[in-house]
Amino acid sequence: MIEVRDLRREFTLTTKVGRFKRKKHTVRAVDSVSFDIAAGEAVGYVGPNGAGKSTTIKMLTGILVPTSGHVRVSGVDPSRARRDLARRIGVVFGQRSQLWWDLPLRDSFDLLRAIYRVPRPDYETRLRECVDLLELGPFLDTPVRQLSLGQRMRGEVTAALLHGPELLVLDEPTIGLDLESKERLREFLAELNTQRGTTLLLTTHDLDDIERLCPRLVVIDRGTVLADGPLDELRAEVAPERVLVVDLEKPTEGLDDLPGVTTTRTELNGLRHHLTFRRADTTAAALISAVAARAEVHDLVVVEPEIDDVVRRLYARR
Amino acid sequence: MRAYARLALAGFRRYSTYRQAMVAGMATNVVFGLLRMAVLAVAVAPGPIVGYDIATVATYVWLGQGLMSVVVLYADKHLAERIRNGDVVVDLYRPWHLQRALFADDLGRTGYAVLVRLVPPVAFGALFFPFRWPDVSAVPLFVVSTLLAVTVSFGMRFMVNAITFWLLDNRGVHSLYTVTTWLLCGLSVPLTFFPDWAKPILWSTPFPAMLQAPIDVFLEHGSPWPILANQAFWAVTVFVAGHVLLGRAVHKVVVQGG
Repeated sequence: MIEVRDLRREFTLTTKVGRFKRKKHTVRAVDSVSFDIAAGEAVGYVGPNGAGKSTTIKMLTGILVPTSGHVRVSGVDPSRARRDLARRIGVVFGQRSQLWWDLPLRDSFDLLRAIYRVPRPDYETRLRECVDLLELGPFLDTPVRQLSLGQRMRGEVTAALLHGPELLVLDEPTIGLDLESKERLREFLAELNTQRGTTLLLTTHDLDDIERLCPRLVVIDRGTVLADGPLDELRAEVAPERVLVVDLEKPTEGLDDLPGVTTTRTELNGLRHHLTFRRADTTAAALISAVAARAEVHDLVVVEPEIDDVVRRLYARR
Repeated sequence: MRAYARLALAGFRRYSTYRQAMVAGMATNVVFGLLRMAVLAVAVAPGPIVGYDIATVATYVWLGQGLMSVVVLYADKHLAERIRNGDVVVDLYRPWHLQRALFADDLGRTGYAVLVRLVPPVAFGALFFPFRWPDVSAVPLFVVSTLLAVTVSFGMRFMVNAITFWLLDNRGVHSLYTVTTWLLCGLSVPLTFFPDWAKPILWSTPFPAMLQAPIDVFLEHGSPWPILANQAFWAVTVFVAGHVLLGRAVHKVVVQGG
């Protein structure tokens, strides 16, 4: 679905030096980025601000022409076949609106139908589905400027799907949304990916989005790809420790000599123990039975490393 | 084509949602028309200046007042704002030709402006002042001339706005554009009032095509064909130039925003 090879984009910036002199210098926003995304995948494209995420998205959608490198999206060169491609992919920019501010939501959809030349029966089926799943009914006739952010984002996602795209690119889709709206949107997107087979490419700062939606993660920083792989593998690679948190019935000392446990932390006067262990050294099950052999266990939970931890460590590894 | 027609219709509807702005604009327009009328009436009181008698002056002023909001004689900032804050990304990725899409929207705006901004001041002028109506045969030519004026104006505004891709802060360019347009398009005084040596220079710029041209066609000053040809030339020229400018922007320039 997406094929990116040695993609590079440079910008020329001018800075003032002295009263009339300007100095030009070149900034590489994206520097030899390569990755492939197969049809039906859901991939998270993450990185800190200024990493080159949005520049990549702009090249994938044909808005920007790459300085060099090879890009194919849905089999075409985006900047050459921009209009063709736009009819086959959907894009949601979380911080931008593609709806007409002064018109009712329904009118924006209708305009998009004309712009994307969607046959009316297809349009109506897709719109009905989105209205049902995203509960747009109550505000379909409200001018976009009067919608809440959560309502507007549901409108934005619908707008991106009316022409039945095979690939949906989402640039920070959940930014600024409250928990409930985020959850509703994620649920919808997950279903879109698994039921409909729509390929998802998602940039986000909200790592919960990735955790919920994307089995695969591409991490980018300063224009280059830092890591690319399944979230689980990346986690095992850079953050192999997991933590077993056990609550005991009675305060107990000395759980730090358990096999495979690297560090421990004790809370609540010895009632709660955090036992850090490596996947390679022992299993959660073995550790639990070892703890249970020594003390009466009231409750326990295994904590996976947080995804932002994973990303932070990837950055640090450079 | 159908998509562009729908966009024009949407443009019409979008502008028609701002009724209060329309009423305020209309009132200001009439007041300024009276001021311009007063000045020019004094000027032609002793006798006609280069063919402008009081009826011609009244027609020139009130038609000009009406046309200025139809044609738009200042640099609007809609696209410039979208370039500055990065929203232009959305416009650039749609399956349309951005310049044509914006032109369609502008034609929708034009349609609404003809109803609420052109008709009232002209009716006001025709009611309270001597007025020169053209021959019926000139009316379709006036319609064509006005459409060409809108096209030239759109093309110029598109370019002034597109410069934002390079300058980011182009308030200077905007002000310069507005001042130049007002001076050279025939809004301050009829272009025939300029000295003879200046006229060919004026008409070799795109500015007269935006206002003086349709007014001259309405007033039946000379043959309409050279006027329409001049307008058509500028319409094509500014459109092509804008198209090239946009292409360069996408190749060379930072598209703002994350």
